[in-house]
Amino acid sequence: MKAAAIEWGPYLVLILIGFLPNEVWRVLGLLTARGLSEDSELVIWSRTVATALLAGVIAKLILFSSGELANIPLAVRIGAAACAFGAYLAIKRSVFAGVIAGEVALLLGGFLFGH
Amino acid sequence: MSAASTTFPKSVIAYFAGVQSAVLSVFFVVIMGTYVGLGALAHDVGLSSGWLAISTVLVWAAPSQLIMISGFGTGATLFEVALGVTLSATRLFPMVVALLPLLRVRGTRVRDMLLPTHFTSISMWVESLRLLPAIAREHRIAFCNGLSSAYMGTAVTFGFVGYYLAAGLPSLLAGVLLFLTPMSFFLSTVRNARMMIDKLSLVLGLILGPLLFYWGVQLDLMWTGIIGGSVAYAIHRVREATQ
Repeated sequence: MKAAAIEWGPYLVLILIGFLPNEVWRVLGLLTARGLSEDSELVIWSRTVATALLAGVIAKLILFSSGELANIPLAVRIGAAACAFGAYLAIKRSVFAGVIAGEVALLLGGFLFGH
Repeated sequence: MSAASTTFPKSVIAYFAGVQSAVLSVFFVVIMGTYVGLGALAHDVGLSSGWLAISTVLVWAAPSQLIMISGFGTGATLFEVALGVTLSATRLFPMVVALLPLLRVRGTRVRDMLLPTHFTSISMWVESLRLLPAIAREHRIAFCNGLSSAYMGTAVTFGFVGYYLAAGLPSLLAGVLLFLTPMSFFLSTVRNARMMIDKLSLVLGLILGPLLFYWGVQLDLMWTGIIGGSVAYAIHRVREATQ
């Protein structure tokens, strides 16, 4: 992609393969949602599809990580996610508490078992 | 359906109530961490900080930005990156369809929906679905725009912070920053899933996503959404019919 960036300029690349692919899906959603009420069956089904898709993204980010996160062993990432979920349940369903517990577990695990 | 309670004297006050909700939510911290990470990455692959800021405003999807910026660094072809971004962006379609009916009142014009449509992203969607039902219908668009512009402003600002701090970021810390996104999305989606239909979609997506990817299924995430969501929807319909 470096060659394309040099030839066309990074801003044109940004519009063509960053902005447009995202905006097309958003505008398609806008057109589809016209005239639909929030309890219509299509809207409820869209919510289930979006939720399942998002859950798939989350699981993939944890199990098949990329970048620097991939340097931390898989078992540590899964353990940290489990710690986060446990802390979330234990501490009044607080997302903050869960995220902090997960990050601390990841940091400790990465420090002890990494590399 | 829901008991809308919170009303505001003016739209501008609803807007700032949205800003306040953004600052008090977990995503405020998560977006900071995520964009410090993206800023560092943009610096490492030789993009300018202005490019990163403009991409945050125009693309407004951290996963797509990650794919693009990494693409500049690795030898990926333009086509591969475009395909990755397009597939990752499919999630925005059902999200917008599920969100906009919550924002509309009688007489809402399409142009009032343009900004919330562009602002749709995972963090904004999760928070909107949680908070909007308690807000008076006529103020939901202003509230939503306040919430989203605060998130976007945070992202742009901390993209710059990461960009200029890049050199000193140790590997383990960079990994910890990248972990913020899946952790916060995971727990906030769990928190939002109060009804059986949402819990089912969540669990099915968590199982199907990695499985389809592992099996090498093409368009794995799209199928995860369609199959997982439809099965959850079908079970919900059967339960309703038998009750």
